[in-house]
Amino acid sequence: MSDATKISCSDVHVYYGGLPSTRGESVHAIKGVDIDIEDNLVTAFIGPSGCGKSTFLRCLNRMNDTIDECVVQGRIHLDGEDVYAADVDPVQIRARVGMVFQKPNPFPKSIYENVAYGPKIHGLARTRAEFDEVVETSLTRAGLWDEVKDRLDKPGTGLSGGQQQRLCIARAISTQPEVLLMDEPCSALDPIATGTVEELIEELGQKYCLVIVTHSMQQANRVSQRTAYFHLGEIAEYGTTEQIFTNPKDERTNGYISGRFG
Amino acid sequence: MIGTAALAIVALAIASYFMGRQRAASFPVAGMHSRPTYHGAFTALRTSLAGLVVLIFGALITAFALRALIYGALPADTAGLAEIERELIVQDGIALAEGRLSSREGPARSAVAEAYALYAPIRQWGLLLISLAAAAAAFWMSYRQLSPAFRARNRTEGIIGWVLVFAAAVAIMTTLGIVLSLTGQALSFFGDVGLFNFLFGAHWSPLSGVHSGAMDSDKVGAIPLFAGTLMITAIAMAVAVPVGLFAAIYLSDYASSRFRSIAKPLLELLAGIPTVVYGFFAAIVVAPAFKGIGESVGLSVSAESALAAGVVMGIMIIPFISSLSDDVINAVPQSLRDGALGLGATKAETIRNVVLPAALPGIVSAVLLGVSRAIGETMIVVMAAGQAANLTANPLEAVTTVTVQIVALITGDTEAATAAGPAFALGFTLFCVTLMFNIIALQLVNKYRERYD
Ligand SMILES: Nc1ncnc2c1ncn2[C@@H]1O[C@H](COP(=O)(O)OP(=O)(O)OP(=O)(O)O)[C@@H](O)[C@H]1O
Ligand SMILES: [Mg+2]
Repeated sequence: MSDATKISCSDVHVYYGGLPSTRGESVHAIKGVDIDIEDNLVTAFIGPSGCGKSTFLRCLNRMNDTIDECVVQGRIHLDGEDVYAADVDPVQIRARVGMVFQKPNPFPKSIYENVAYGPKIHGLARTRAEFDEVVETSLTRAGLWDEVKDRLDKPGTGLSGGQQQRLCIARAISTQPEVLLMDEPCSALDPIATGTVEELIEELGQKYCLVIVTHSMQQANRVSQRTAYFHLGEIAEYGTTEQIFTNPKDERTNGYISGRFG
Repeated sequence: MIGTAALAIVALAIASYFMGRQRAASFPVAGMHSRPTYHGAFTALRTSLAGLVVLIFGALITAFALRALIYGALPADTAGLAEIERELIVQDGIALAEGRLSSREGPARSAVAEAYALYAPIRQWGLLLISLAAAAAAFWMSYRQLSPAFRARNRTEGIIGWVLVFAAAVAIMTTLGIVLSLTGQALSFFGDVGLFNFLFGAHWSPLSGVHSGAMDSDKVGAIPLFAGTLMITAIAMAVAVPVGLFAAIYLSDYASSRFRSIAKPLLELLAGIPTVVYGFFAAIVVAPAFKGIGESVGLSVSAESALAAGVVMGIMIIPFISSLSDDVINAVPQSLRDGALGLGATKAETIRNVVLPAALPGIVSAVLLGVSRAIGETMIVVMAAGQAANLTANPLEAVTTVTVQIVALITGDTEAATAAGPAFALGFTLFCVTLMFNIIALQLVNKYRERYD
């Protein structure tokens, strides 16, 4: 484990529908994943549909706890601390490891309240002025401030898709998480909005540990420094983005990447 | 005999289906517009509709004609009798003619029996023949219409459309009819006693003066009834809203899917218990229990208390609120919950700050629907709330409600025609209030549906 390692995982298994020994259907979605995710850069997860990218991403901030009968086994350490230890509060993990989802999901509240909600529940701001500041810096960093500064009291659901997604990113960074997980953040966006969000990802990647799931090879190539190729619940190959895309060592990675480009 | 005619028409229609299909099957397939089954369906529909329409209208018209003929046969000396006595004679005469027992016999009754025995068979055979003839004619006409180019499919769809329109019209018309007659009767009552006296009078005893002729407009004040209804409704909602809502939140967000799949049907089973069962449960078990508890702590509780009726009514309403709320809470997209949980909100914070606000319009409308059920609920209050029109704010005393008084008026000893006035007025008020609640509830749901998508 190098100094730059932020999240270290070894032998992670995920089962949906309970362990295989229990009665009923059980899906073995992640089959022994080892990966060290580094700080201050962008790591991309790529791979065919259904190979477990979202599932693994959701293990990193214990979002899988919210799914009935989803069992996570193995070791996931955040800064050397076991995320799944019995005395760890998943709520605190999620405050440190933020998440942006595939479909923009602003709360049906005003733009201001959307961004202020995280700081409010974690007590990061107390006075109105502090909240104003958090809202402004978060929206500015998400590249949305200029577009919405005159209508902060309007519902967040009234924004365009791309603006909504940037609002969700602003909401996620408002609590100053250490890690930001993004599950296909651009799949519901048009090319222009995608471009804006990608710039944002590159910029955020310099300060945060960013993990992004994407189906777009070009996007992974453009924004990430590390890439992990998932195949049927395993990581087939993990390395620098440049190496994965120019010189894949694994046959399956090669097939997937050349299939897409060729 | 009408049943026989209807059966015969249906049999004819079935036969015409096969004949129409048969005929169409012999057409060259190329260039044929509709498949043979549609030709069959078209002939069958035409045949059965023509026959049934003639049968039904014929039956109605001839019923009037028969009545006129029989009244014509009444001897002249009955002309001076009251309408109701003449009606009785006619009923007896018909009973005689059909060989049943009649209450009395006499020349007038025999005359009626004779006329009935003469005309009734004519009517029945006539109906049978005319309706069958109509069906056969319709069959013949449609059958001749069939040709390769005939658009049987479109015509069949058209006929089915009209049948559906007719069914919808029947439903709407009967509703309108009931509402209009309710309104008319209520307005004429308000005209007699004054709307103000009814809405704001504090003394309810509408039948106390009827033997002297007119209704006393000082004694038709419905305020005690409204107050009693309001109190029982409030108690019921105080029980049903928290329990129902919390149950819904538990079921939708906390319970495992296995527990939910068992518990939800069980809760909905409560909705299947007939209200009359709740009623005697309230009267026999709950009210005496409350009385006992109250007396043991030194409170005087009457045997029929608003509290007992309200609490049991609340239990009855729990499943409505929990089931509807559960649906709207479930309809809040998981992605919103994920958004809040992903920010590090706890489960309770997520529900309080995100899920409930998004589901609020639906929950409010569930509560309003519950209120309108509570207001209109009858059985529980009839058995457990009491009859006396007390104006009191003490839930431990007996109160009465609008529905209880309607029951008392209609089932009481007083002649229905006299008691109908106040009953219609109460029913009309009840109708207006529940209608208002239902409209508000539906408006809320529609208005906020887009916003919280
Ligand atoms: N809630 C769930 N219950 C049961 N099985 C699930 C659940 N979520 C995912 N799975 C299964 O786990 C496997 C991995 O799913 P996952 O969503 O992680 O794939 P993915 O790589 O994100 O795919 P995509 O690229 O299409 O989003 C799939 O076989 C899926 O059917
Ligand atoms: Mg996915």
